[in-house]
Amino acid sequence: MASLTLEKINKRFGATRVIEEVSLDIKDGEFVVFVGPSGCGKSTLLRLIAGLESITHGDLMIDGQRVNDLTPPERGIGMVFQSYALYPHMSVYDNIAFGLKLAKSEKQTVDERVRRTAKILQLDGLLDRLPKALSGGQRQRVAIGRAMAREPKILLFDEPLSNLDAALRVQTRNEIAHLHERLGSTMIYVTHDQVEAMTLADRIVVLNDGYVEQTGSPRELYEQPASRFVAGFIGSPKMNFLDVDARAEGDAGCRIQVPGIGERVLPRRLAGDSDDAPLTLGVRPEHLTPTTAAGEAGFRIVNVEYLGSEAYLYLETSNSDTLVCRSEAPSPFARGERVTLDFAPQRAHLFDHDGRALPPADVEQMSTQATIS
Amino acid sequence: MSLRTLKAVLLKIGFWLLVAVLMVYAIFPFYYAVVTSLKPSSELFEVSYWVDSVDLSNYAAVLSQPTFVAAIRNSVIVALSVVAIALLLGLTAAWALGRVRFRGRTTVMMLVLGVSMFPQVAVLSGLFEVIRTLDLYNSPGGLILSYTIFTLPFTVWILTTFMRQLPDELEEAAIVDGASPWVTLTKVFMPLLWPAMATTGLLAFIAAWNEFLFALTFTLTDSQRTVPVAIALISGGSQYELPWGPIMAASVIVTVPLVVLVVIFQRRIVSGLTAGAVKG
Amino acid sequence: MATDEQGIAQARHEASSDDTPPRGRGTRVRRQRVRAAWLFLAPMLIVLTAVAGWPLVRTFWFSLTDASLSSLDGAQFIGFDNYLVFDDGWYGILADPLWWQSVWNTLYFTLVSVSLEAVLGVIVALVLNAHFRGRTLVRAAMLIPWAIPTVVSAKIWAWMLNDQFGIINHLLLTIGLIDAPLSWTADASLSMWAVIMVDVWKATPFVALLVLAALQMLPNDCYEAAKVDGIHPAKVFFRVTLPLITPALLVAVIFRALDALRVFDVIYVLTSNAASTMTMSIYARQQLVEFQDVGYGSAASTLLFMIIALVTVIYLYLGRRQLGGEQ
Repeated sequence: MASLTLEKINKRFGATRVIEEVSLDIKDGEFVVFVGPSGCGKSTLLRLIAGLESITHGDLMIDGQRVNDLTPPERGIGMVFQSYALYPHMSVYDNIAFGLKLAKSEKQTVDERVRRTAKILQLDGLLDRLPKALSGGQRQRVAIGRAMAREPKILLFDEPLSNLDAALRVQTRNEIAHLHERLGSTMIYVTHDQVEAMTLADRIVVLNDGYVEQTGSPRELYEQPASRFVAGFIGSPKMNFLDVDARAEGDAGCRIQVPGIGERVLPRRLAGDSDDAPLTLGVRPEHLTPTTAAGEAGFRIVNVEYLGSEAYLYLETSNSDTLVCRSEAPSPFARGERVTLDFAPQRAHLFDHDGRALPPADVEQMSTQATIS
Repeated sequence: MSLRTLKAVLLKIGFWLLVAVLMVYAIFPFYYAVVTSLKPSSELFEVSYWVDSVDLSNYAAVLSQPTFVAAIRNSVIVALSVVAIALLLGLTAAWALGRVRFRGRTTVMMLVLGVSMFPQVAVLSGLFEVIRTLDLYNSPGGLILSYTIFTLPFTVWILTTFMRQLPDELEEAAIVDGASPWVTLTKVFMPLLWPAMATTGLLAFIAAWNEFLFALTFTLTDSQRTVPVAIALISGGSQYELPWGPIMAASVIVTVPLVVLVVIFQRRIVSGLTAGAVKG
Repeated sequence: MATDEQGIAQARHEASSDDTPPRGRGTRVRRQRVRAAWLFLAPMLIVLTAVAGWPLVRTFWFSLTDASLSSLDGAQFIGFDNYLVFDDGWYGILADPLWWQSVWNTLYFTLVSVSLEAVLGVIVALVLNAHFRGRTLVRAAMLIPWAIPTVVSAKIWAWMLNDQFGIINHLLLTIGLIDAPLSWTADASLSMWAVIMVDVWKATPFVALLVLAALQMLPNDCYEAAKVDGIHPAKVFFRVTLPLITPALLVAVIFRALDALRVFDVIYVLTSNAASTMTMSIYARQQLVEFQDVGYGSAASTLLFMIIALVTVIYLYLGRRQLGGEQ
């Protein structure tokens, strides 16, 4: 168990910059998830922490000690790989014991630790089996067992659920959450799946193109995305984006003209020089309220997606974009009908032409925002 | 319709005829050696296509010659040692070339490939000097050393190919577990590479067992010769009096183990040959 | 401000670490691995230097001396006299008609046998690629000639080609193709063909296996499409199959050609040192071992090495150009 500090970490492969100036403080016992689209550098960042890749610039500290030059076992990390990477010729017992034996532990200690680990992960009955005789979920647990047997300070997970089918993924996700609660160790988890990130994390780090877009709790990321990228990445279905014109409206925020919806005043503060600037409005599907429209007003419904507990309406805008909005299920609306939309102004987001979120209009700054450095 | 069936039947007959011709072409010389070796010397010069009666006198003649038995022993010692050395050096080299990216890797690969294209004659005099300096002339040691010139390159190439196919994450898992390169190689990779090592070892064995030029040049006395040289040097009074019966018996004796190995491991051998060549 | 100074120091530190080549850096693990890589390569490199690199250098050196087998150490430097020297007429290898004949023999042997092996190899591969009962058995049988030691196959063929009691003469006489037994290995006009016959028999399986491996990787849908379109099988072979297996065939051909250029054992056993089948390897070894003239023999070896190197370079150059053209 340990704290981890990343100070302006950079990684280059030749001339390609993969990780740029990433700084991060991870507290003891925290569950942090790195999330982002493929190629964003999240796995590389994890491998830098593991010691499998070299850090080009910057410092990596574990418990205040610089570890850039230490090997993975010296750093005290354990890692669960995407493909599990179990040693195919070794039994479950030997897979878990391999690292312990290499650390020159007493035979008795090895045995104790292996059995304790197996018990925690409910692998007791499988210790003599070879990996090929295990199910996907069991292999996954062996991989976790191998990583935690040496009682590492930090456990790393590299997309550990991507090889499992949907049902098993939900179950294993719960098991990992439970494991974190039980062990209380620091865990870093990489995924491209924002649902996994939202459900598991104490704190999520959203990466894009080697930069940290935003760091925060799942709720902060959902409610106060720092950028259009984060807003679009977190939440499903995706947030709707609409181009709007805005005018400052004093302390109240700014007034925007939304095509097809009308004028609204949003409690967002325009930067001084961006009066009348083109902005992007972002509203999540669940924050749009549809009402049956009169005549040709509003938007035409091109599709209705029925999901049982809710339904999503796909609406056609004048410039042939698609808007999505949630409605109760079964939906009172049908394909081809027209609806008008409304939304609560405090639920909406505004992004400038760089994709950055405009801050709230009230003087009090909201906390833990904006980590773009 | 009937014309088409006729054509199909003819095609089928033609195909099986082709298969039969190829089979005869491939097998007949060896078969004929067996037939000849089983004849008593009195019938040797009458051509016959079948084994009429089994007569083992040729085998008895060959196996009662101490030089031939010594040659078999030498061949076994040399071939097994070459296999062991080639696998050991090849495996460590293949790890380096297959799994580590370092400056100079391509150069080393090209050098190894270059050595495999060497004409053996080109190093004959230089190698003769080396062997004499090391006091290995006319001994199995000299042959074991010299055979690495052709077994090591392809061993390295084939094992490198197989080594590259092992998943990266497996090695990373070993690194995270604290395994040194040597431990990774011996405890993690070697158990997974047994099939590849069997293939490569088999190819090295066959190559060493069959080698002739070095064996002919670097040995002097009958007691140090290997099987190919012993067979090549079996002679009678003149060219027309070559003892064909014993020669064929000896040929069958040294070939049967290889044929058995090849038939059993044919899949392995094919995969090894193609792995070595495709990357070339 | 202290932090600024720190920042500058940091920047300087970063700048200085930029000067070191990128590969020199890396995690401890990486540095360990690179060190281990060289350590692991060392035994192989040492052995290959001892058996290939150093002997090659020494062979070249001997070729410039008058060394003989009995007095390697007392060799005197004589320049290129072993290759060519004018001393009341031209002497040296390059003036020896037997050398030129062995060069011609080697090239002739290589060209003919490798061409035959390529054609036969493709045919055998096509047969082995068809699905039929007993395919595994036939494939195993095809490997037998490859596995038989060259010396043994040369002896077996020598027996089959024996002029008086050989089964081949017997067969040909029985069918009536010839009137009198042919002396295959002794007759200068036939012996090269005897040698080629044995080599083709032995080496075709190798070519066939490489081509077969390529055939088995061909996409099936091409053929189904061709079948649906009703294209003649021969056309399919020349338009689809052959271009796709050409790379594998080329690899097999270069491997075989390199083998054929240095051919020794089959010829040595079958026809000994006869001039009509003398190849460069036979010539060089005869000078080296039988005539004990290490200097002269080494010169021949060096020439052989250079010819093979030249062929390899030409091949690589052509291969690259062809690949470039295809793209």
